[in-house]
Amino acid sequence: MAAIVIDREKCIGCGACVDVCPFDALSMEGDVAVVNEKCTLCSACLDVCPVAAISLPEPVIQAGTPDLAAYQGVWVWVEQFRGQACGVSWEMVGEGRRLADRRGTALTACVLGHNVEPVTREAVAYGADRVFWADDPTLAVYRTTPYARVLVGLVRRYKPEIFLVGASMRGRCLASSIAAELYTGLTADCTGLAIDPDSGFLRQTRPAFGGNILATILCPNYRPQMATVRHRVFEPPAADPGRTGPVIAVPAELREDQIATRVLDFVVEHSEVNLADAKIIVSGGRGVGGPQGFGVIRELADALGAAVGASRAAVDAGWIPYDHQVGQTGRTVRPDLYIACGISGSIQHLAGMSTSRVIVAINKDPDAPLFKVADYGIVGDLFEIVPALTRQFRNRLKS
Amino acid sequence: MNIIVCIKQVPDTAEVKIDPVKGTLIREGVPSIVNPFDEFAVEEALCLRTKFGGKVTAITMGPPQAVSALRQVVAMGADEAVLLSDRAFAGSDTWATSYTLAAAIRKTGPVDIILCGKQAIDGDTGQVGPGIAVQLGINTLTYVSRINRVEREPAPGVIEVERTLDEGRETAESRLPVLLTVVKDINVPRLAAIADVRRAARMTIPTWGAAELPGVETRFLGLEGSPTRVVEIASPPGRAAAVEIIRAESPDQAASQLVERLLAAKVL
Repeated sequence: MAAIVIDREKCIGCGACVDVCPFDALSMEGDVAVVNEKCTLCSACLDVCPVAAISLPEPVIQAGTPDLAAYQGVWVWVEQFRGQACGVSWEMVGEGRRLADRRGTALTACVLGHNVEPVTREAVAYGADRVFWADDPTLAVYRTTPYARVLVGLVRRYKPEIFLVGASMRGRCLASSIAAELYTGLTADCTGLAIDPDSGFLRQTRPAFGGNILATILCPNYRPQMATVRHRVFEPPAADPGRTGPVIAVPAELREDQIATRVLDFVVEHSEVNLADAKIIVSGGRGVGGPQGFGVIRELADALGAAVGASRAAVDAGWIPYDHQVGQTGRTVRPDLYIACGISGSIQHLAGMSTSRVIVAINKDPDAPLFKVADYGIVGDLFEIVPALTRQFRNRLKS
Repeated sequence: MNIIVCIKQVPDTAEVKIDPVKGTLIREGVPSIVNPFDEFAVEEALCLRTKFGGKVTAITMGPPQAVSALRQVVAMGADEAVLLSDRAFAGSDTWATSYTLAAAIRKTGPVDIILCGKQAIDGDTGQVGPGIAVQLGINTLTYVSRINRVEREPAPGVIEVERTLDEGRETAESRLPVLLTVVKDINVPRLAAIADVRRAARMTIPTWGAAELPGVETRFLGLEGSPTRVVEIASPPGRAAAVEIIRAESPDQAASQLVERLLAAKVL
């Protein structure tokens, strides 16, 4: 739980607090007192410190309706893994640029890590006007608490109006932690962001209810307005190496001993199912009828050099592993060609693939919602149509 | 060891249908279930109790009928359960939900491990778990796929877990107390025995409202305490281009016509 705060500059090392602590939460480290996680905020030490070096932490909730006009600018967190920026980060910078221009304001990128100076220059090239750069050994590997502490501190000081975070696994946890601490709204997995022309508020659109409806969400009274967006929802911007902008170094906020997490090991695993980068995806849904039904889907995918996707219904039924799932709870994809076989097209599925360049729907049911987003449709039995397509593609692509 | 599991009762979204005329959700007849990811959290809590002893307390926030979700996890083996239900909680977004759950967890006393599913299948946000941890001022590790070890000495103890992240598998250690969100690879949830289902049905499960949560401020509860507002609900839009339905005598002819069009459009 939260602990008291010791001002290391003020502490004279008298040890009075150590003696009085009822929970054995204080000890001397060299000539300053340090606190451990047994602290219960009982405040016994506050009264005995002769130099007032001990204080209670700032309350988690700093409530009160903020002065909205004081909050300006669009911010993006640029996630990096081992010094390489993640693709979703540049997509967020591109979208942040668009929103900042619409709002007539500046775009700020936040780059945290260790030895990540090159990423700051990339952020400017992709569209940031300014970069906050926190470079410290404690930030080398992502951990939520030290990252959130830096960003919460920057938000409190510089007051951005909008803060976008990529909906990666780290990004979701980071954004949740920041929003919880700042007491502001956070909308997860947005598929659309826009500025409301009347109020100037950020309109955040996301699928809800298992993806069966689209909800538009506002955060009218608190700032910043925070949203996460998944990889491949927005187009990545083009980099312009000629752009320039200030890179402002900011310090880490926590020492290593104040961080509860230690990362011991990381094994990079490449999924054999690379849906995110596939140019062509052939997907099967409830209509394939069972695990064997994916045979014809795989044959077509082989003929096209395509990846195999699946709807949530097929994955939930246990016909194919989760790695293949396309949709709101699976992968978001935007291939050149998406062939949906026996997939009716719940919003949850459409949310993950409707930005594909060309969509083909094959379904027995002429009223299947997927036909509404498709460019080409064939109404019929997929077990006849799909093998026929495999034959045709093999013939045509050979010649 | 004091273990808290936070669960949510959700509509079985796989069963939700859209009214094709009105474009609205058809909720009638949609069964309520325990959020599937939360069942993995309950199972993991029960495994920890087997190894280390102690108590598993399940907490949910929801309407009065959410008590049936608690009975289900009591039947699985949870020792105690608390329902947070009050009109003042209605309309909570993820911030207000985290605030309320955190207040209830504080009331239950010191805790070692809090477990949550990685997200609920109706909202799919994954925000409440980390939010609770911030409210309590404790550490959080998300997407846990395995607990490698727990050491309770020296106090406060440490836990080592594996996490499934975008690029691969991370092994991480945290001081206790900690909040973990779990993914479905972590275990296979047990089925409750009939006798346990009967026992759970008879158990008295307390309901706590705002008045039973010490220190909560009503301005942080429910809709009033929620920073976000849903302003519009819509069916998803179709794409601008109308679909071209290919009609042909035989599957082979249809396939052939489709391939022609894709080649002509330079998709291939």
